[in-house]
Amino acid sequence: MNILKAPALMAAVVTVGMVSCKPNDAKIKTEIETKLKTEQGLSAVTVDVQKAAVTLAGTTDSDAAKATAETDAKGVKGVESVANNITVNAPAPTPTITTNAPTINPDDALTTAVKDATKDFAGVKADVKDGIVTLTGDIKRADLPKLLQGIAASKPKKVENKLTIK
Amino acid sequence: MALQDKYQQLISQATSAGVSNLNVKEQDNVLYISGDAPSADVKNQLWDTYNTIDPDFRAGDLVLDVNVGNAVDGGKVKVVTQQSNLNIRKGPGTDQPIVGKAAHGDTITLLSKANAQWWLVKDNDGEEGYAYAQYLEPVS
Repeated sequence: MNILKAPALMAAVVTVGMVSCKPNDAKIKTEIETKLKTEQGLSAVTVDVQKAAVTLAGTTDSDAAKATAETDAKGVKGVESVANNITVNAPAPTPTITTNAPTINPDDALTTAVKDATKDFAGVKADVKDGIVTLTGDIKRADLPKLLQGIAASKPKKVENKLTIK
Repeated sequence: MALQDKYQQLISQATSAGVSNLNVKEQDNVLYISGDAPSADVKNQLWDTYNTIDPDFRAGDLVLDVNVGNAVDGGKVKVVTQQSNLNIRKGPGTDQPIVGKAAHGDTITLLSKANAQWWLVKDNDGEEGYAYAQYLEPVS
């Protein structure tokens, strides 16, 4: 009987030992996660704790944030080591808006382009003078954006819309 | 700067919608906005916003020259005429003879962009010629 019981007892001891270890890791994980939540830019960082060894992974936007996460993790009681595997994303290209002088077609090129742009709109007449396109005649409201898109693409200086909308 | 304020919503929208090569310049009381829109939807949304700020485009203080930038040579383009067929011409210009027609809604092939207005295309009958770019929309 005793021989049979011994392995069961050992198993029980081992289980208790493992269980007593687990809450520690879980507690460390929670503490680190709580800390990281208070920091900027660390919401996509994951925390894994195995026997007091912390592994940080996921992504962030700067080296500084990555370092902060590591400092935070090291500051938690019971942490023995920190592997910082956080990937720093390349910064998203900030949209740049240039302010170059616009391209304005000379009248002859503009006249040709405007003629092409208006040809499918039977009621529309376009005059070009000194870069200014003056539109007269009539058009359906629904057709107006399409016409004006064509006019704008012909690179005028200015568009005078004197169309009567039907 | 006043015109930039008036059309700020449009500029912000262009930025957030991913319009590339965005250029904004005020000159002689006209604001010029140009760039390449990532899709025809974005371009149309910008024009909707323009129409909201300046109903029926009456003010004459904006030239919105945003075109769909991702049409690539060899790629497919859709014919987006109002309803009629799209003329395919021998050369880039409405004075050029018509060599073929592509139906409204057809998807044809863009061979190359002759200029901003005229693109060299090949229709589904194999005819090659120039079509007016405003009636072509890249399909992905």
